Amino acid sequence: MDSQTIDLALTRITHQVLEKKRDFSRFGVVGMQTRGVFLARRITNKINELAKTNIQCGTLDVTFYRDDYRISLRQPEVKVTDIPFDVNNMNLLLVDDVFYTGRTTRAALDALMDYGRPKTIQLAVLIDRGNRELPIRADYVGKKITTLANQVVSLNVQEKDNEDSLWLMELEDGE
Amino acid sequence: MGLHIQHLLGLEGVSKEDITLILDTADSFYSVLERDIPVVPTLRGKTIVNLFYENSTRTRISFELAEKRLSASPLNFSASTSSVNKGESLRDTIQNIEAMKIDMVVVRHQSAGVPYFLTNCTDAVIVNAGDGLHEHPTQALLDMMTIRRHFGKLDGLKVAIIGDIFHSRVARSNAWGMTTMGMNVVLCGPPTLLPQHRDSLGVKITDNLNEALDGADVVMLLRIQLERQSSGTFPSIREYRDRYGIDIEKMRRLKPNVLIMHPGPINRGVEVSSDVADSPNSVVLEQVTNGVAVRMASLFLLGGGENV
Repeated sequence: MDSQTIDLALTRITHQVLEKKRDFSRFGVVGMQTRGVFLARRITNKINELAKTNIQCGTLDVTFYRDDYRISLRQPEVKVTDIPFDVNNMNLLLVDDVFYTGRTTRAALDALMDYGRPKTIQLAVLIDRGNRELPIRADYVGKKITTLANQVVSLNVQEKDNEDSLWLMELEDGE
Repeated sequence: MGLHIQHLLGLEGVSKEDITLILDTADSFYSVLERDIPVVPTLRGKTIVNLFYENSTRTRISFELAEKRLSASPLNFSASTSSVNKGESLRDTIQNIEAMKIDMVVVRHQSAGVPYFLTNCTDAVIVNAGDGLHEHPTQALLDMMTIRRHFGKLDGLKVAIIGDIFHSRVARSNAWGMTTMGMNVVLCGPPTLLPQHRDSLGVKITDNLNEALDGADVVMLLRIQLERQSSGTFPSIREYRDRYGIDIEKMRRLKPNVLIMHPGPINRGVEVSSDVADSPNSVVLEQVTNGVAVRMASLFLLGGGENV
């Protein structure tokens, strides 16, 4: 995927959101650290432009909620969580870049619940690479791809990596 | 990424990267503490023993709260109500506790070096909550966190630490940590309460209060340990107050945005007057709040992953 196809996918997701939601009075977008934050901001801008609204966008770091904390050998780096609105009774759109095992989404749902009680939470992902380990699905998907466990799917974004691009890499044995 | 240290025994020799990581993580926990539900499930299932051989209210409660906010299971041990009274040795105590499957030990002891000794008796992660006249690393970390939240940086700031330097593990930990972070530390007190080996800490030491206060961004006052007064380290409380206590008159000569800090408990009217302790420049209560966040960060970073 390049800059243009990524933008098309985000635009399509935005239109699907607009199709389902008429009322944006209690609507907020939350992007998951790190790349999901930038995608969330782009979707927020698109919604605000198309629907003439003024919805806000927050960021969420789920490190404290991960289930691999106890077994992972490297200590994680904690990033910023900043949700500028009260999540109670809100309709939230959670945005992530790559949807894989579902474990990060599980952690994000737990984290959001500790901030309050949202009315609904929907999930938008740019890439769904399959291989789910939990019964979780996305409401909006930019692109579905088929991958193997030894492959790594990695997204670059203009805001952080100076280009929009999607990479699929094979891991050597033991890496 | 991750800490380079396995235990938190002191700040001597701890790198700038490690201190910065702990302070950054503590900032994240600070925002967790401000939520409606200030608990995260991170250390669920981990057992942490608070092994306190010396009296403490603030530090023990702060550690216990940090452990509960991380969903760990705290186990409190105080020497006065335990088998220590029956003559059990420290090594036997810790090995018995370890036999009950614990993951971390937070220890305070009247003898310097006990936390280090424990690392040789057990596989658990050891966190020093104050050992003798040696170090009190989490207090220094919460002090640095408080300063950094106010000034946005640590590098280049001048800190005057005033009082009973000789008996203060807080001063020692701060001297190590703050110097590592590029701060200019001056220790000040009556000559009888200054360390004997003046060069060992690598910071400026003086008995001249004006010299210490000149250009200071932070003034940290230490408790005058009234129980040690009988040993004759200074003539009288009143003389100490007049020469080294900070009152509103002395504060007027300081920078307008100076931070007044105190690790507690405060002797009002001795090392600091009430109007200074309650002034807008005083961040004494912020220090207590930040203490929980810094201890959460330390336990979180030390307790993660399996032992390699």
